[in-house]
Amino acid sequence: MDTVACIKRVPDTGAKLTLTDDEQHIDTSHLGFTISPHEECAIEEAIQVADDHDGTATVLSLGPADAEEQLRTGLAMTADEATLLETDGKEWRPRETAAALADALSGDSGTDPEFDLCLFGNESADVANHQVGVRVAERLDLPFVAGVTGLTIDDGTVVVERDVTGGTEVYELDLPAAVGVKEGLNQPRYASMRAKMQARKQSIERQDPVASEFEGRIEKVRLEAPESTEGAAEVLGEGPDAVPAVVDLLRDDLEVI
Amino acid sequence: MILSFVEHAGGSPEEPSLEALTLARELATATDAPLEVVAFGTEASALGDTLRAYGVETVHRVADDRLDTYAPEAWAESVAQLLDATDPEAVVAPGTDRGQEVLAHVGAKCDLPMAANCLDVELSEVYELSRQRWGGSLVEHARLDSDTKLLTAAPHEFSPETAVEAADTSVQPFEPTLDESAFRVSVDRVEESDESGVSLGEARVVVGGGRGIGGPEDYDKLETLADSLSGTVGASRAAVNEGWRPHDDQIGQTGTKISPDLYVACGISGAVQHMVGCKGADNILAVNTDPEAAIMQKADYAVVGDLHEVVPELNNALADER
Repeated sequence: MDTVACIKRVPDTGAKLTLTDDEQHIDTSHLGFTISPHEECAIEEAIQVADDHDGTATVLSLGPADAEEQLRTGLAMTADEATLLETDGKEWRPRETAAALADALSGDSGTDPEFDLCLFGNESADVANHQVGVRVAERLDLPFVAGVTGLTIDDGTVVVERDVTGGTEVYELDLPAAVGVKEGLNQPRYASMRAKMQARKQSIERQDPVASEFEGRIEKVRLEAPESTEGAAEVLGEGPDAVPAVVDLLRDDLEVI
Repeated sequence: MILSFVEHAGGSPEEPSLEALTLARELATATDAPLEVVAFGTEASALGDTLRAYGVETVHRVADDRLDTYAPEAWAESVAQLLDATDPEAVVAPGTDRGQEVLAHVGAKCDLPMAANCLDVELSEVYELSRQRWGGSLVEHARLDSDTKLLTAAPHEFSPETAVEAADTSVQPFEPTLDESAFRVSVDRVEESDESGVSLGEARVVVGGGRGIGGPEDYDKLETLADSLSGTVGASRAAVNEGWRPHDDQIGQTGTKISPDLYVACGISGAVQHMVGCKGADNILAVNTDPEAAIMQKADYAVVGDLHEVVPELNNALADER
């Protein structure tokens, strides 16, 4: 059973988000890059399912040439193959991204998908448009469920779970299928140093994606880091000596005791 | 016409849907357009009683018994057919799992762009909107230009407000034509959670532990503190990745978003991804050894010190208070 995990290269942010002067991007001059957290789980699940069912796990990304770094992380986690739909680094809109991914996923025949299960992150960490997976599934005519936190392969179907208030919804999809997964689905493995070294030698297939034209569009004007109301916290004291002041706060001001 | 997608439990609208409806009414009022609702399930006929107060003129109850169970493609295909029949200016859905999923399907079926987790919309020739990125730690200002605008409303960002004047709401059945194939994805069953106690998202007091906790056994102190404050325990992503706590306890962008009266953040540095998960807290008390940690700028109150000393002492003091 073959699987594909679709992933995205995103900045690895820390305590503060700083914008570039033109307010178009996050200033990444002092930042590393990573994979959206939900997608780390997509890779892990793709690998486990392929391993358990004699298949191949592929990681697929649309992004700049540097997204090779994230694909190699996937290979180091022991995915079998990696494909990069290489862009010039501009931000692609969800419909363009979905069309290009669907083209790549539909394979040489252009109709039958060449995989059994395709996994997306529920939403990307950075742009969070919440729609690429659904749009790809619609283009490939595949069943799709978002927000997946449990997944079991069962005799030609995939049984998936989604958390709802007070319980879990269970869906049963015929394969081939696509899902949008959330962190918590599994515990993504850390790649060993040896696996990382090996992944550096593996080849990555590169394709030039086509940016389709669509009627109607959503266009980014600028980004804004919202005004925070932050100022330094009122320091109640140092070490255990601060406890009487904390108790006063909890009892008199916050009334939680 | 502005159309809003309303989720409901037995004919009683869900809170995020009322938030989305409030955004939808702002758009309807600004353009002097009627406000209408699409809802699913037999019990949607009871929605009229509540939605009158929100100024809803028409509730389109999608009439097909098979739709009582959630089926994303069938629900979206129904909305797409309603769009064909009524040609709304915009569709506003709640930024919930179902709201995002159904509207994304509608976007794909009708070949329309969609703006997720909107915060504000200003009307000009196009929609000048702002929406959340990075779980809400960044705002994107964008232009949405399309025949029908598809929007979801960011959860917890709008207060549901009733209209100045109640409407004379009519509930009308809408009958879509749906192939059996549209039902290939539907909820098979719902398994009730057997967990008792306060859920993280609803707790009034949350005690969170991060990397500074040092190991799973040290959460006992936080459990004791949470118990004496009638609260519950949460964790940062760093602590969950260490395997100290289950993912269900994770607070942050890819975990639970909390909105307690008090959040006690112990040994948590205050990364952006964590802070978007607790920005709904009325008060934050940080316990951290590092006075320069980011959390010290974001908290309301702080104790500079080792949580392994401060929390047990606090637990003793609270035991004496009783």
